[in-house]
Amino acid sequence: MSSSPVSLVVQVGSILHGYTGGSAQVPARGCTLDGLLRDLDRQHPGLRFRLVDELGRLRPHINVFLDGERVRDLDRPLVASSRVAILGALSGG
Amino acid sequence: MTSRPQPREPRFCWLVGTAKGAFVLRTRGQRSQVDVEGPIELGAGISDFVQDYRDRARLVMTVGGGHLGPTVRCSGDGGRTWRESKLPPQFGLPPKGQRRRGAQGKAVRRNFWLTPGHASEPGVWYLGTVPMGLFRSEDHGDTWRGVDGFNLHSKYRRWFSFEEPPDGPFLHSILVDPRDPKRLQLSASVGGTFESHDAGLSWRPLNAGVESDFGPERFAEFGQDPHCVIQHPADPDLFFQQNHCGIYRLDRSKGEDWARIGRGMPEAIGDIGFGIAGHPGDRDTVWVFPMDGTRIWPRTSPGGKPALYRTRDGGQRWERLDAGLPVENAWFTVLRQALCTDFELRDPALAFGTTGGEVWVGLEGGERFECAAAHLPKILSVRPALL
Repeated sequence: MSSSPVSLVVQVGSILHGYTGGSAQVPARGCTLDGLLRDLDRQHPGLRFRLVDELGRLRPHINVFLDGERVRDLDRPLVASSRVAILGALSGG
Repeated sequence: MTSRPQPREPRFCWLVGTAKGAFVLRTRGQRSQVDVEGPIELGAGISDFVQDYRDRARLVMTVGGGHLGPTVRCSGDGGRTWRESKLPPQFGLPPKGQRRRGAQGKAVRRNFWLTPGHASEPGVWYLGTVPMGLFRSEDHGDTWRGVDGFNLHSKYRRWFSFEEPPDGPFLHSILVDPRDPKRLQLSASVGGTFESHDAGLSWRPLNAGVESDFGPERFAEFGQDPHCVIQHPADPDLFFQQNHCGIYRLDRSKGEDWARIGRGMPEAIGDIGFGIAGHPGDRDTVWVFPMDGTRIWPRTSPGGKPALYRTRDGGQRWERLDAGLPVENAWFTVLRQALCTDFELRDPALAFGTTGGEVWVGLEGGERFECAAAHLPKILSVRPALL
């Protein structure tokens, strides 16, 4: 696991633009996906709880992609070249 | 030189929460003539949308549905601007002594019900969640804390071990006694009605006389399915409930036994429904919207012919009110938060919202109905307001 946080530009879907001021690409830092979400929440208050419940579980209709792979484990480590996207799942009606 | 905008005269409004956003129906004179304002939070499920009766500039709504987790939004300026709660309702981990091996704990899936607190406690609100949780705010909805006396009650798992309704286990009908802020009541679908006399520190079931035809015992201490419970606005000793198994009345000045008053409803209609509303100025008058609870429980207007039923004698006799409503082929449902009255002490107007996105207003106590709005998303709640 990376011991020091890396700085990334995170792709966020339109469901989060209300928090990011309309931006689809936002900078964030973290050692892991969870750390990245916590940093995003610090910059955009309230964002993390919309994505992750109080038990630390990614909400069912949220997809997080790490280097193109859909992941649910927020402890996955990040490196400087990591590509992260947070998108709404295809769901609902 | 520009003139300063004049503060506009408050007008009566119906606050409407839907599966796809919130709307304000601002009336023009008659309660059924409205300007539709909104949507607010388009795309989000708004289970409840309530004005603070102690400070009418303040509004609170639950926000959920869709992709994102549940939250709460508040307005302090009559709905012109909204802000998200800094700390929305969320369960904490159980105390060490109550943690069981492998226990996952609970996570709020939906913020469902809002109730402003007592008049002597400005800023206090209560909120009920799915799964069953009671939360309290002391800052107008900005931050929420769990009411541990309920959420961590030693009998919580026994009381709420029953099957879940299709949309999850709801905590609803949070009632604050207007005479005493420490006297609270809430209801759970499924679980029954519970009361506290110490501001939520301790709770006990209050279900004597309420039937349950879906459990092992017909009359049990808990485990019933109250759909909606009201403390009558004209007499705080009187409680009425629309239950999965009928309509009930409880006079707390005389005891603790609920009486099934729905037996007087026409047999072809039955006494099943979701919502129930009390007359602001007449303790004996209550309205319900019956639904088809036969066979596989379609939960639609019986026979596709919607009507409200009113009692004016505390439940002995019921009369049908359907003038102006569709006479056939209207197969909608009215959910538990979607039936209410305005504030008038004499001849109040009623409103109900349908799962088909219509708001119907019953003038003169429901003597004649007019459709105030149509083509809205599925309606989850209708509440009165002065804005």
